[in-house]
Amino acid sequence: MNHLPVLPVLVPLVTGALLLLLERRHRMSIQRIWAWLGMLAMLAVSVTLLVQVQREDLLVYLLGDWPAKLGITLMVDRLSALMVLTTTLLAIPCLMYACAGWDKRALHFHALFQMQLAGLNGAFLTGDLFNLFVFFEVMLIASYGLLLSGARGARIKAGMHYVVFNIAASVVFLMALGLLYGMLGTLNMTEMAARIAAAPPERTMLIHAGAGLLLLVFCAKAALLPLYLWLPEAYARAPAAVAALFTVMTKVGLYAILRVYTLMFGEAAGPLANLAWDWLLPAGAATIVLAALGVIGAPRLRIAVAYLVLLSAGTLFVAFSLANPGAISAGLYYLAHSVFVSASLFLLADIIQRHRGSNGDYLMPIASMPNKTLPAALFLVAAVSIAGLPPLSGFIGKLQLLNSVPESQLAWIWAVILGSSLMTIIGLSRSGTRLFWRIDASPSDAEAPPVRRAEIGAVLLLLAYGIAMTVAAGPVLRYTNAAAAQLLDVDTYIQTLRQTDPQIREPSP
Amino acid sequence: MEFAIASAIGVLAASGIYLLLRARTFDVILGLTLLSYATNLLIFAAGRPVVGKPPVLRDGVAQTLANYSDPLPQALVLTAIVIAFAMTAVTVVVAMREHADLHTDHVDGEEPDDDARGGGR
Repeated sequence: MNHLPVLPVLVPLVTGALLLLLERRHRMSIQRIWAWLGMLAMLAVSVTLLVQVQREDLLVYLLGDWPAKLGITLMVDRLSALMVLTTTLLAIPCLMYACAGWDKRALHFHALFQMQLAGLNGAFLTGDLFNLFVFFEVMLIASYGLLLSGARGARIKAGMHYVVFNIAASVVFLMALGLLYGMLGTLNMTEMAARIAAAPPERTMLIHAGAGLLLLVFCAKAALLPLYLWLPEAYARAPAAVAALFTVMTKVGLYAILRVYTLMFGEAAGPLANLAWDWLLPAGAATIVLAALGVIGAPRLRIAVAYLVLLSAGTLFVAFSLANPGAISAGLYYLAHSVFVSASLFLLADIIQRHRGSNGDYLMPIASMPNKTLPAALFLVAAVSIAGLPPLSGFIGKLQLLNSVPESQLAWIWAVILGSSLMTIIGLSRSGTRLFWRIDASPSDAEAPPVRRAEIGAVLLLLAYGIAMTVAAGPVLRYTNAAAAQLLDVDTYIQTLRQTDPQIREPSP
Repeated sequence: MEFAIASAIGVLAASGIYLLLRARTFDVILGLTLLSYATNLLIFAAGRPVVGKPPVLRDGVAQTLANYSDPLPQALVLTAIVIAFAMTAVTVVVAMREHADLHTDHVDGEEPDDDARGGGR
């Protein structure tokens, strides 16, 4: 049996447990070495997974060798493999940045970081809806620890909102699961898809209610319009390395929506077919508009970046709810791009904040900044990329997306996306001008604070991903095209799952 | 019986939501707890429990759902209870830390200005 699909969960889980044991007795350097060893193993596993999924299309792994209808299955398709690789690639610079010093100040940082990765990877790989809930919880519990460790004052307040909001969302998730299990008698997503398509009419109403609750939960995690209020404050208050890792957390909600509403409530779901997209399209567009206004109006650089995360989530909602292969493919490309670039902006904002001393990252008092050349240059590259200006990856993602908007909705979607890009450019040029340009020519008496090489290296690495995605746009888009086509082909999932039998265990009577 | 369980879930959920929307951290934590009780009962009821049919296999009884309750929702409830319990502990710790740091139990970390809101609440 091929055990590869379970490794992205096992490797960080074991590393995290090991780090928890190590941190009592050993110095930070030993912990860092083990954290990096775990990270390297993770990278090897993610790349192997991506290669293998291209060869075999769909990997099904039965945990404990239980038959699919009884036990938990892991399903790896192109989308899952892409998400796992994106997470790993993002985690490497985050760990690099944290190892420059933050990890000494935050209690249990390395262990929590690995647990967070285990939760994220598990959520991307699992084929079982209840298991998805469990991995959401693993990821969230680790994120509470990362956000709150060593927190004081305003960060505790933001943390309280974040924790309560997410617990309430988890409770609603459980209610939806209870309803759906009561109606369908299974929690395996693929099996549920088959049963929804064959559901008797008197059950459709409650299934519909369950689907609606589920949509509400995922939208809350992904920060859609009325449910995003927790995000800017929590992300802006989180430590830089943690905020950078959190950029992938909203994408988990988006991934779950894409997975559940193409597989379970896709074309084949009879009266419940495509129920999510009509709601998500206008809500996504409204999120884009509000987030763009937030970018312009933000008083601090990090709040502006948090709104940029929101903006990318809104763009992805629009892309996914168009529900045609081209738009989904463009969305997946844009997803990876926006994760990397917004993470680099969070790290940069932290570097800038320390350069400016007591003025922090507030845009309004225009303060001098020693050694501004390097941060300014990096900010320019990141801003060009996130705003979607040519030649960087944001431009390719948005171009592909605009290209795959159907004729009938062309006018207003183009207007929203292009308008929001313009507002992003205005907002970021305003920030850039205030931070780097309109400042005293004479250097202030304060000496430049140390910016460690690893920190600049982390930002450079994140921006390099974006540039690599631009150079290799052809192969990446071919891959996302295949992922989108695979996602919409629900029958293959159902058949592959039903053909997968336990290998050691006797088939049940 | 259905009516009793359904109304119990409804009352718990309604009280939970009411408390969740209040402005003091203690009320919010109680609200989350009540809401999770409601959810646990809902999942339990989703397994259609029947009196006299325990989910334990017995000799000489055909192994179909006609003779047994569905054991899966009970396992799910167990997971949900554990997670809700842990989460309550986390919220209590965060709330206590917030109280110690900001000297208030208001969820926004500061007492609302009564005059600005037209007095009283």
